[in-house]
Amino acid sequence: MSALFAVNNLSISFAGSTPVVNDVSFALQAGETLALVGESGSGKTLTCRAALGILPRTAKITSGQINLRLDQGPVDLLRLDKRSLRDIRGNHVSMIFQEPMRSLSPLHRIGNQVVEVLHLHGGPMGAKARQKVLDVFEQVGFPDPERTYRSYPFELSGGMRQRAMIAMAMVARPKLMIADEPTTALDVTTQAQVLGLMKDLQQQTGMAMILVTHDLGVVANMAEKVVVMHKGSVMEAGDAAPILDAPAHPYTRALINAAPRIPEAPTPVTTQPKEDVILELKSVAKTYKLRSGRGWSAPQMVHACRGVDLALERGKTLAIVGESGSGKTTAARIALGAELPDPGGQVLFRSAAGADALPVHAMDHATRLKFQREAQMVFQDPYSSLSPRMRIQDALTEPLEIHEIGDRSSRREKAADLLRLVGLGPDMMLRYPHAFSGGQRQRLSIARALMLDPKLVVCDEPTSALDVSVQEQILLLLEEIREHKKLSYLFISHDLAVVARIADEVAVMRRGLVVEQATPAELFYNPQHPYTKALIAAQPEPEIGRPINLKLVAQGAGEPGSWPEAFRFAANDAPPLIQLKPGHKVRCHV
Amino acid sequence: MQILRYALYRFATMLLTLWVVSILIFIIINLPPGDYLSNQIAELQASGQSAGVAKAEFLRKEYALDRPLWQQYLIWAGFMPGPHGFSGLIQGNFGWSFEFDAPVADIVGDSLWMTVMVNLAAVLFVYLVALPLGVLAAARARTWVDYTSAFVGYLGLATPNFLLALVLFYYGHKHLNLPIGGLMDPIYENAPMSWDKVKSILLHLIVPTFVIGTSGASAMMQRLRANMLDELGKPYVETAIAKGMPPRRMLMKYPLRVAFNPFVADIGNLLPSMVSGSVLVSVVLGLQTIGPDLLQALKSQDMFLSAFVLMFVALLTLIGTMISDVLLVLLDPRIRYEGRKA
Repeated sequence: MSALFAVNNLSISFAGSTPVVNDVSFALQAGETLALVGESGSGKTLTCRAALGILPRTAKITSGQINLRLDQGPVDLLRLDKRSLRDIRGNHVSMIFQEPMRSLSPLHRIGNQVVEVLHLHGGPMGAKARQKVLDVFEQVGFPDPERTYRSYPFELSGGMRQRAMIAMAMVARPKLMIADEPTTALDVTTQAQVLGLMKDLQQQTGMAMILVTHDLGVVANMAEKVVVMHKGSVMEAGDAAPILDAPAHPYTRALINAAPRIPEAPTPVTTQPKEDVILELKSVAKTYKLRSGRGWSAPQMVHACRGVDLALERGKTLAIVGESGSGKTTAARIALGAELPDPGGQVLFRSAAGADALPVHAMDHATRLKFQREAQMVFQDPYSSLSPRMRIQDALTEPLEIHEIGDRSSRREKAADLLRLVGLGPDMMLRYPHAFSGGQRQRLSIARALMLDPKLVVCDEPTSALDVSVQEQILLLLEEIREHKKLSYLFISHDLAVVARIADEVAVMRRGLVVEQATPAELFYNPQHPYTKALIAAQPEPEIGRPINLKLVAQGAGEPGSWPEAFRFAANDAPPLIQLKPGHKVRCHV
Repeated sequence: MQILRYALYRFATMLLTLWVVSILIFIIINLPPGDYLSNQIAELQASGQSAGVAKAEFLRKEYALDRPLWQQYLIWAGFMPGPHGFSGLIQGNFGWSFEFDAPVADIVGDSLWMTVMVNLAAVLFVYLVALPLGVLAAARARTWVDYTSAFVGYLGLATPNFLLALVLFYYGHKHLNLPIGGLMDPIYENAPMSWDKVKSILLHLIVPTFVIGTSGASAMMQRLRANMLDELGKPYVETAIAKGMPPRRMLMKYPLRVAFNPFVADIGNLLPSMVSGSVLVSVVLGLQTIGPDLLQALKSQDMFLSAFVLMFVALLTLIGTMISDVLLVLLDPRIRYEGRKA
């Protein structure tokens, strides 16, 4: 039988430059899932968009065919006229995009946007169409389809919006669904649930799926076939299992090695009591008032952090892990003094071993300046955390200027030294940030944070905007620098696998509460709290043999009421954080 | 229901703002030393016309100009009884124009409606021109359509209105036999409404509408184009295309809908800038709007007249912003359902 969908010798280039997609071919059968894997710039997204004719204006297809087998025979999607292509879009081939937050129109109801697909493609009209959409809503797991039908996108969470997108892509029963990084913008437990849903739906409907992703863990969980792309060309293609188990191409091998994972063998744990604590958070809480905007009703209280106690030992890394809304960033901001904790909370900073503990939120001006020199931050988004109008040299020397340290030449010398340290050359000093890649920019932000010789560095998701291979390099660099400069890190992340390699201690946060706290080894091999278990289970691993345990994820990531008795909340009060054994705390009733 | 409550709330804040504005206007009007009457009295005394002086003195008493400023304000606004009891703006008495020696209401009466009509026509013109052109320019961005409309737009922005008025009058009269000046044929002035009168007014409106509206339309068009271009790059547009929507329908339903918000929000700004911007045009075109009245009143310190005209402009502005605020709430569910739980 001929393939349902086949890309043959496809090449795409931007206005005369070298091709960004170069002679790419692959095929998939009905009902199959094919994963298109690659890092940013590999051309994986362009390849898929070519199939639906939604390439950027300047992109030109220079050669190739994309064949789709329809009931009345095969068609070449690249040679269809606009009208016939529109009949294919959404009807025979549908697409899901990366950002569920922005892929739905904010001003139209969900139902309206989904039912439109049926109207466009000669499907049922009126009440029948509505019923069909409601059925699909139920299928993709909306608890109240009627309500969803009436909702606007901004009323739904990210995971729910992506479900709505999936419903939109499925409602016309297409033969092929193309999903472009469908879960990259989602939290890891949500990702697990959405992936599980996509797999179920595919089995029920028998449609084929192309999954564009950079995450080999997702591939291992979803795909039967894999196409690995790099710089526009196919590196390796074939069945998923052999490629993931024994990659033939060096690039695939590198990609698999770079994928962060939770380590396999438990290392023996010895926890010593902390002696020299550089930073200490004592019952830190933060409550935000949410104004209702009406003026009549009482303001809503949001507890971003509740009773957080953490201690970071000098020279070590303490990681706070949690999903969006867990309060991890708030905790970090309070630790740096950028935000005031609720009364009763305290943050203590010890500049050197045996020095007096200074309260971060009650410093006079001079001590505060000194603290600011000693505590620095590396931000999440390397694209927006460097001013596009400042040369690298100016961005790097600015902290020294503000604190009036050294003269012009010594500042520049220091900047050059640090550029070397982070693996860049001093010859780049006069460039502007736009001349650097994402990974290089993150190196620059690290260099900038180090300019003042800090003792404590807060890293706020420093690798989450980067490709896996680059992420690996940045983590290595951070580890090296920690040893070299005797730094202490407060490391904020949503990714357990990233934390597994860099942290000495991990605190798992959920909705403002630390639910479990231990060394990584202890945490990963002896997780106690259902939420920690869910986080670990939801982590997609690049191994075919270890699929995501959806049951575990659903239970742990659900409401506290669904947790086992020992972890449940009494009314609104969370159970206390209890030390199970030295260095391992869990929030539970004993 | 919710929307009604919001509208009422907006109306209440509008009244409050209007009150504050009235105080400001009154203060500003009284800032220059002297007033119309004391100037006149001084002048009359210098030329020895005592009869006039007596009348002016009488008017001073009549309009309470001999009282302290705060009392003058309260009487003018109608919060406090004056020489004739409560008789101020609130009661519908707009005061006396000393310059024209007639009640303000009589002087501005017709021109008030003419002003509203001319400006409504101009606003309508702005929207009717800017909407299709802006959308077209965005949809055909970086093609000759876009460049041409941008060029014409900048031309519209850059040409002084009164110059455009003169040019249009000349050629409009020469080639199309359009009337010059005024808002209707003199024969219809003070005549009862009739079909012919309406026709005459409409014919006279063509050039003024065009003149007052062009710069607003080109500015609005550029804004809409920029908004549309921003929206066209958003992922939801891609989603709509991937659904199989035809381009025109997609454009109308999604990006235009979102880009429309700033467009609506501009109504409030458009009205006052047109009223004040059209003063010069009205003088040049000889339109019987309140623009020329305002100019004259300000020059001669005819305080009640100028205060009233300023109040009227402020009212137009406030009504404009209120309309746009209420429309925005109707248009944008994100504002409407702020705080509704999912």
